[in-house]
Amino acid sequence: MSLDSHTLLLILLMGLATYSTRIVGYWLLRGRKVEGRMKAALDAVPPAILMAVIAPTVFLQGYAEMMAGALTLAAALLRLPLLVTIAVGMASVVVFRLVLN
Amino acid sequence: MVCVGGGLNLNFSEFRRGFLDIFPMTLAYAPIAALWGSVAASKGLSPLEAVLMSAGVYSGAGQFVAMDLWATSMPLALFIFAIGTVALRHVLMSASVSRHIAGFPRWLASILLFWLTDEAWAMVERRALTHPITVSYYVGVALPLWPNWILFTGIGAALGQAIGDSSRIGLDFAFAAMFIAVLAGFWKGPKTAAVLIASSIFAVLGKIYLPGAWYILAGGIAGIVVAIITYTKGSQE
Repeated sequence: MSLDSHTLLLILLMGLATYSTRIVGYWLLRGRKVEGRMKAALDAVPPAILMAVIAPTVFLQGYAEMMAGALTLAAALLRLPLLVTIAVGMASVVVFRLVLN
Repeated sequence: MVCVGGGLNLNFSEFRRGFLDIFPMTLAYAPIAALWGSVAASKGLSPLEAVLMSAGVYSGAGQFVAMDLWATSMPLALFIFAIGTVALRHVLMSASVSRHIAGFPRWLASILLFWLTDEAWAMVERRALTHPITVSYYVGVALPLWPNWILFTGIGAALGQAIGDSSRIGLDFAFAAMFIAVLAGFWKGPKTAAVLIASSIFAVLGKIYLPGAWYILAGGIAGIVVAIITYTKGSQE
């Protein structure tokens, strides 16, 4: 098992860079009263970020992913349990890839 | 109002709820971690180095980008900057989540936020729609992914060869499916639609035209801007 000192330094700095992004939002907002437009902006963070993360997967990869995305959404809107919804997504993407590709 | 006492009393059923919420993701993550480990090995990292990076950086996206840039002649500062930009979405995520963990002691929250991954964060936001977030729930949802990520990274690095294609069983779609499921809970009407449309358009454009993970920030900020624009005083949204 080798551990290079330069690699260790990189790991430390990468870890610090990543960790600081995880606490800075908290430190900026903690204890502040959030209302009005600010609250609207923060309330939009979950849908906006979640959508941004999945948009390329669902819209750019092909029809199989689009169809699987639609089926997953249908499962979610039917309020199926999370695990079942994920299973629907995975199973449908496999099937649609087989059929469409 | 989330009281500190209620948050700090460790509550097994809350922990269990969190653990069960994130459990499917630990399964989905194992092959991704192993894949990253094998990529790291191919770039010359020892299993120990790979494991340390997974434990200390703990960011799938950041670590994959790091391996892309590994052993290039890129200056150190620029390399760290690149990793930091991949993680920038966490600034927005931790700002939003700060409201749900306002009852945690500051020191404890600052430590626990180390484990704020996309998946744990999504689960916390989902839970916060209907329940106050307790320390026990947060620990249950955030911690299990970490040893799992480290362990399978080590296995991948030790095997050191390309791990089988995870798309065959749809694992690559597990994250998208989970995020779609969580996303459905945030629907509040036409204003949400506007946010989602803006986010999708800018994320897709960002994916096509911007390097790395900037598309997440592009889509996220576009959605937030739309929410600010469409805000009307006194609205329930």
